Amino acid sequence: MTILGVALLALCTLIGVFLGDLLGVALGVKANVGGVGLAMILLIAARSWLLAKGKLSSGIKLGVEFWSTMYIPIVVAMAAQQNVVAAVKGGPIVLIAATVSLLLCFACVAFLGRFGRSDTPGSDAVAGKSPDAPAPPSGTKA
Amino acid sequence: MLQMIEHVFIEQSLVAAFAVVGGLMLVSNLAARHLTAGRVHGSAIAIVLGLVLAYVAGTYTGGKKGVADLPVFAGIGLMGGAMLRDFAIVATAFEVDVVEARRAGILGIVALALGTIIPFIVGALTAVAFGYTDAVSITTIGAGAVTYIVGPVTGAALGADSAVMALSIATGVTKAVMVMVGTPLVAKLIGLDNPRSAMAFGGLMGTVSGVAGGLAATDPKLVPYGALTATFHTGIGCLVGPSIFYLIVRAIVG
Repeated sequence: MTILGVALLALCTLIGVFLGDLLGVALGVKANVGGVGLAMILLIAARSWLLAKGKLSSGIKLGVEFWSTMYIPIVVAMAAQQNVVAAVKGGPIVLIAATVSLLLCFACVAFLGRFGRSDTPGSDAVAGKSPDAPAPPSGTKA
Repeated sequence: MLQMIEHVFIEQSLVAAFAVVGGLMLVSNLAARHLTAGRVHGSAIAIVLGLVLAYVAGTYTGGKKGVADLPVFAGIGLMGGAMLRDFAIVATAFEVDVVEARRAGILGIVALALGTIIPFIVGALTAVAFGYTDAVSITTIGAGAVTYIVGPVTGAALGADSAVMALSIATGVTKAVMVMVGTPLVAKLIGLDNPRSAMAFGGLMGTVSGVAGGLAATDPKLVPYGALTATFHTGIGCLVGPSIFYLIVRAIVG
């Protein structure tokens, strides 16, 4: 049943966002900390669990995959409702701060990506050796 | 006649949004294929078109929500709002390669740290260069360079001036828009073509909307990896902005 996939996705999202809120409260922050990321991890876990049990039906897949393919149109809709006028009107301070930080971050992506690629065989071994480092260390760090 | 069509659009707002965005995607894909010979991704054109429409609508209505401020396009606000956006982002995790994600774990943490510290320093220095001398304003503008949510959250926590807050939000929004538009252009140059660098990218850029839009326009397969790290970015920024960062800035400027 397709609705089961949609419901699974909804459940993962709700639990993840709730946990993100809890994490925010625990850390004393007025924001959701990693809620979507936690929801994604839940969905990944649910998928492998269903797969292992042999219960990943085509209906469930359809329900989730439909929404993942709707992602780009949703992003387009999101772009269409940004406050672009404010961004344009902000003036030089806004442009300078945004451009410089962006360029530096792009450079870091290039650096980190290359660094990652060059030692892929090494980090493979490391990843294999440390089962105590679960899927999202970025989550536990947050 | 026109009024009746308008009525249908308002009553069926979300359905109308599906039709409008679908049309926009179709036009963009055709443009990508015939005008750029497939060199530019159709979704990149669609996102830029969306931003242009948001600008046009924003100047026309004077509102803050782009096209969604026009009653006939209110459904775009629902379709592209945080609820469905997060729902669809989570769905993309279904195609995540667990091994890849795990492998990039430490890289993701490094990227998150750099992606919070570097923009903050740049934003703070820019604020100083433009004559701001008080720790609250400098911190708020610096936090805005992290993401447009970290800026106002930090500003509100520190009691910043509303003009400074607006500047801080504008910095974050500009960054998000630039990430959406700029990413496909520099993707090759910075090696953004694999899950590992996408996770680094998500952690560094932070802004979920920017990362999502930028990666969607570059290679939709990379979206979940970028989103996975980016989603922690804002939370971390909100955590350190009004606390550690503020204390450091105050210690420096007195």
